[in-house]
Amino acid sequence: MSATRRIPWMKYASASSFYPLANRLAPLFMGLAIVLAVVGLYMGFFVAPVDYQQGNSYRIMFLHVPAAWMSMFIYLLLAMYAIISLVWRVKMADIMAYSLAPTGAMFTFVALVTGALWGRPTWGTYWVWDARLTSELLLLFLYLGYMGLYSAIPDRQRASRAASFLAIVGVVNVPIIYFSVVWWNTLHQGASITFSGGTSMTSVMFTSLLLMTFACWAYTIAVVLRRAQAVILERKKVALWASQISKK
Amino acid sequence: MSIGEFLDMGGHGFYIWSSYGIALILVLIETFLVGRRRSKAKKELEQMEAEFGRADNQGMNG
Repeated sequence: MSATRRIPWMKYASASSFYPLANRLAPLFMGLAIVLAVVGLYMGFFVAPVDYQQGNSYRIMFLHVPAAWMSMFIYLLLAMYAIISLVWRVKMADIMAYSLAPTGAMFTFVALVTGALWGRPTWGTYWVWDARLTSELLLLFLYLGYMGLYSAIPDRQRASRAASFLAIVGVVNVPIIYFSVVWWNTLHQGASITFSGGTSMTSVMFTSLLLMTFACWAYTIAVVLRRAQAVILERKKVALWASQISKK
Repeated sequence: MSIGEFLDMGGHGFYIWSSYGIALILVLIETFLVGRRRSKAKKELEQMEAEFGRADNQGMNG
């Protein structure tokens, strides 16, 4: 009896049950992302008051903070899938890790760019080599490294293993990013929201931030499901082609 | 508050609108590229299956 039959939940790790499920979920989450972003931005721009210290520039926060959170969450998720793919050889886990990477890189880039654009009016500079900014830049290189390594090695299994290994090693960077503002004396401000101490923001600001974060999550789910579908089709195509060649 | 005042954002308009503009453009590009990649793969797979005379594509017709 195969492992697939013994453990029912493994069924959901297979491409043929994932695909129709993704078809139903992707449009749903894309719609949700749009609604959440519209409401979040409305609150962020029309309801939330001007910050007494930073003026209006703080409104970049509603984009910058969710993007930075996503850049770290997605990386952790990617690394988790990389472990599952490396240890248990679950194909769908490899597809998920691979599909998460470009979106994670996109959010990392957005976090860096919006950070620079927020830094200029607030600190007087677009960039500074402090711990928070440098470790976030390293995160971008980890994403690009994962994607580059994956596509540079022609044999897919070897590519997957090498890239997964890199992703897992790179995980040490995530707590460095998160705690950098505590561990080092950085120009970047400390967290306004902490696990223990609640928030130092007004509730309207906090609600907008939360809505934008959920919007980013919903967008990520939608676009990653779609990319995973594309990868499944591409791999099916390669397998079909290979099976035809072997028949001849 | 006039539209001009709103867009100016107390002198921070450039930074704010560039931030949101860049993010919006990237999100639109990613959505477009992923959609195109998926439909391209789907079409090629269907062509291949038609050519090889088999369809084991159950459940993947969406």
